[in-house]
Amino acid sequence: MSDVVVAGVGMHPWGKWGRNFVSYGVHAAREALADAGVNWADVDLVVGGETVRNGYAGYVAGATFAQALGWNGARVATSYAACATGAQALDTARARILAGMSELALVVGADTTPKGFLAPNAGERWDDPDWLRFRLLGMTNPAYFALYARRRMDLYGATAEDFAAVKVKNSRHGLANPNARYRKEVSPADVLGSAVVCDPLHLLDICATSDGAAAVLLCSADYARRHGLADPVRVRAVSTVTPTFPNTVIDMPLLATDAGTPGPRTFKESIGDAAYEEAGIGPDDVDVAEVYDLSTALELDWMEDLGLCGRGEAEALLRAGETTLGGRIPVNPSGGLACFGEAVPAQALAQVCELTWQLRGRAQGRQVEGARVGITANQGLFGHGSSVILSL
Amino acid sequence: MSVPAIEGWFTSGDAPALVGSRCTTCATVHFPRTDGFCRNPRCAGEEFAETTLARRGTVWSYTDAQYQPPPPYIPAGDDYIPFALAAVELPEGIVVLGQVAEGYGVDDLHVGAEVELVVERLYTDETGERTIWRWKPVAELGEEADA
Repeated sequence: MSDVVVAGVGMHPWGKWGRNFVSYGVHAAREALADAGVNWADVDLVVGGETVRNGYAGYVAGATFAQALGWNGARVATSYAACATGAQALDTARARILAGMSELALVVGADTTPKGFLAPNAGERWDDPDWLRFRLLGMTNPAYFALYARRRMDLYGATAEDFAAVKVKNSRHGLANPNARYRKEVSPADVLGSAVVCDPLHLLDICATSDGAAAVLLCSADYARRHGLADPVRVRAVSTVTPTFPNTVIDMPLLATDAGTPGPRTFKESIGDAAYEEAGIGPDDVDVAEVYDLSTALELDWMEDLGLCGRGEAEALLRAGETTLGGRIPVNPSGGLACFGEAVPAQALAQVCELTWQLRGRAQGRQVEGARVGITANQGLFGHGSSVILSL
Repeated sequence: MSVPAIEGWFTSGDAPALVGSRCTTCATVHFPRTDGFCRNPRCAGEEFAETTLARRGTVWSYTDAQYQPPPPYIPAGDDYIPFALAAVELPEGIVVLGQVAEGYGVDDLHVGAEVELVVERLYTDETGERTIWRWKPVAELGEEADA
């Protein structure tokens, strides 16, 4: 398969800015266009990451961003896959480029997120599992993260101090990141002294909600050559796999798993597997990873799900400093969600932005030296896989 | 009067149990019950028989809710009282979430601990008490003497 090239990337700094998601998305899109040195008028496909919290315009994000940038006649698509939205939007753009139907495609995700627990839409919906989990059980998102965290403790001997160490590491990584919302060093005592939300996770173990935006401009290899993009970052894989029945690990927002004998690989493991297979590489080839640290403990899960270490070994890697800058496999050099907070349709694209800067050697103050291959991972509600592999 | 918070998901009485559905074609068990399509991709089944699940299982993992969840959660009373939650593996090979029985917290649980299903009050509304299934730790032999 010929590769698709990242022509440009851009973000709107994350935080709570109180503006419309469209203005964030347009800002990120213009940054990506400027980064690539191309004109908006030349873009022939726009894919928007949908947001469910912004009414009509959010549901038709592709057209919303296209209109805000000024109608240019481009083809348009919109993706919704919860936290995996960005990866799915990227996949749509990439597929169209690979098919020869587009040359230059803009992918944009932006959101504004209310403070506090994410919750289902209003109304009584007795057939909606996302609604039922709150009504019948009081299961918030952090409660699911906490189940995974507690299991790590009981099975592998992880400690609250280990989880805090992830936050400490990521807060250091994000210090110099101009797009990060939180740029402040955090101590283990800060994490362990913050209120417990869901045992064993403290407030500082759990990612905040944010406003934010990210944009990725993709082009064909031919377009990159014609426009003199030297040594470009290439998209080697986009994994959007669904689970395989029976899905035997409890996933948000469901109340129960499938019944049956588990297969050899869990859903989250299969997300990385598919990406590696598509890229024709393995975990040993990876220099840097951006993973979905919805909680500190979840970062450790993802390291194992991606095969960056064996099951139950992530704490040892963390304690040895191997996942921090300068270590064997730095994880979340951007600062991750710990420093950004969640802006759902933008997050998977933000990971791709970070890896692009890393592979170009332009991640000032957080550079993984000599990085040539990077992987992202996250997961969207109801079985949306999301992993992207980029390489030089 | 006490009424289940959701109709048809569990039985009440002395030995309450979750009610799932069993595909009449491939025998796959579903919970919550389905009247739709069998989740087994190799099965085209659309007919299901009611089946009660085992009342005892082992804890897959557990946590608690120290902050009050947002609506549609309905607190049990005026003052919010934190509750524990458990994901419980049943002999059918299914893991089912549930709150933990009143009076028990995370200190009473560990991965692999045995729990039993009970039915308790979840909240009270204009129709009366609404009940829900919960997981109650089963004291292992000798454990209480140790404590």
